[in-house]
Amino acid sequence: MTLGLINANPIVHAKKERVARCEDPHCDFVRDIRDPEHPYSLEQLSVLSEESITVDDKLGRILITFTPTIQHCSMATVIGLCLRVKLQECFPPHYKVDIKVSPGSHADEEAVNKQLNDKERVAAALENPNLRQLVDECLYSNEL
Amino acid sequence: MDFDDEGSNFELKEIQTLSGHTDRVWSLAWNPATGTDDAQPVIASCSGDKTVRIWERSALTRSWDCKAVLEETHTRTVRSCTWSPSGKLLATASFDATTAIWENVGGDFQCVSTLEGHENEVKSVSWNASESLLATCSRDKTVWIWEVMPGNEFECASVLQGHTQDVKMIKWHPTMDILFSCSYDNTIKVWAEDDTGDWHCIQTIGESSNGHSSTVWAISFNAGGDKMVTCSDDLTLKVWEADIEGMRSGNNQVLWKHLSTLSGYHDRTIFSVHWSREGIIASGAADDAIRFFVESKDSVVDGPSYRLLLKKEKAHDMDVNVVQWSPGQENRVMASASDDGTIKIWELATSSN
Repeated sequence: MTLGLINANPIVHAKKERVARCEDPHCDFVRDIRDPEHPYSLEQLSVLSEESITVDDKLGRILITFTPTIQHCSMATVIGLCLRVKLQECFPPHYKVDIKVSPGSHADEEAVNKQLNDKERVAAALENPNLRQLVDECLYSNEL
Repeated sequence: MDFDDEGSNFELKEIQTLSGHTDRVWSLAWNPATGTDDAQPVIASCSGDKTVRIWERSALTRSWDCKAVLEETHTRTVRSCTWSPSGKLLATASFDATTAIWENVGGDFQCVSTLEGHENEVKSVSWNASESLLATCSRDKTVWIWEVMPGNEFECASVLQGHTQDVKMIKWHPTMDILFSCSYDNTIKVWAEDDTGDWHCIQTIGESSNGHSSTVWAISFNAGGDKMVTCSDDLTLKVWEADIEGMRSGNNQVLWKHLSTLSGYHDRTIFSVHWSREGIIASGAADDAIRFFVESKDSVVDGPSYRLLLKKEKAHDMDVNVVQWSPGQENRVMASASDDGTIKIWELATSSN
């Protein structure tokens, strides 16, 4: 997709101890999603921190905010898509998911958030075989 | 009927749930030539499962059945479907970048034409009142106008550029050849033909004209064609009006003006809005609810305002993607479709005290 890596030298952090957020024990949740460009998980690259997921089981709503590693990260929309797909697997289908980049963490924050939460755009993107393959690789990679 | 009649309580009665699609149902359309003494009501629905389903209500049992599944044509989500005004043709718009035209040949629906040209997903398709023109719009930011030729041939008459983002829906004015589009760029555009046959954008309704502050998802006209209502990701419905006599006399300078904004009623994206011939505005939203609004005669200041007539929570188990009033004889019958994969037929009934 891209010719060179956007963030060639990411800062890698040790894995934090995580708190299970959903019922399914097989669902190790979002932290093990592989970054699209590196063999490290999003957590190790400080893309996502625990406080950024809020679940309202009564209303069936989830809000997740994530922090891309750099301000102009063009992989932000891919990461957001991966998060959405992963969450769809972990929660019942009627849960409504809102995904945002954490405030101030991205140069095109509003534009990225708008795209990530446009249901029609998300559906079309996931029908794109190349994009779908990339998302699947991030989610199901065995390299971790 | 006067909706402000204090003695009337409204309720939305569920008539039937139509199941069959194996993915979310994005849109539906009532066949305008049905719902009369001679023709039982027919609905077309389209889905993420790449198919279109045709449903008909049985004259005998009054129950809806699926009469046909139109498959193996679109290779991706079918996003919208619409019947021609005569009810003879069905146009379907797909994420596969094509628009298919279907004809009912002795009970069998056949794809008689495929319109290609858009660079990516086609979002919406609309026939003009005289059935001489078809319009389509796409994520490629353009609106295409097609001329309907004899023998189910379609010729591209114009490619309209102007929107700066994904165009979500297009709709012809109910009586005049004026085209309306709404977009992810938060604007509504009005397009008309000039004397030389060229199509131009004659008005752009943006935030500065009291327009929406986020994606505009749908447009619907009232019966008279002098008002329209739009719905948006900004959680509001907006009502607009124009000088219809001016438009009829061919004045392309007639502008649509903001009349009213309905805010505070929705807390998630409103995907669909439809104005009934009696003047009831129905909305379908991402909070699974269907709402009904009517003009309120209470307000005399600054022109008409609108009030909430009824809110039906949990109309579906998931997002409501479309609401459409029946064009048939029966009053106040409506259909809705959802991410939950179902279509529901409803009746807005009253129980007067």
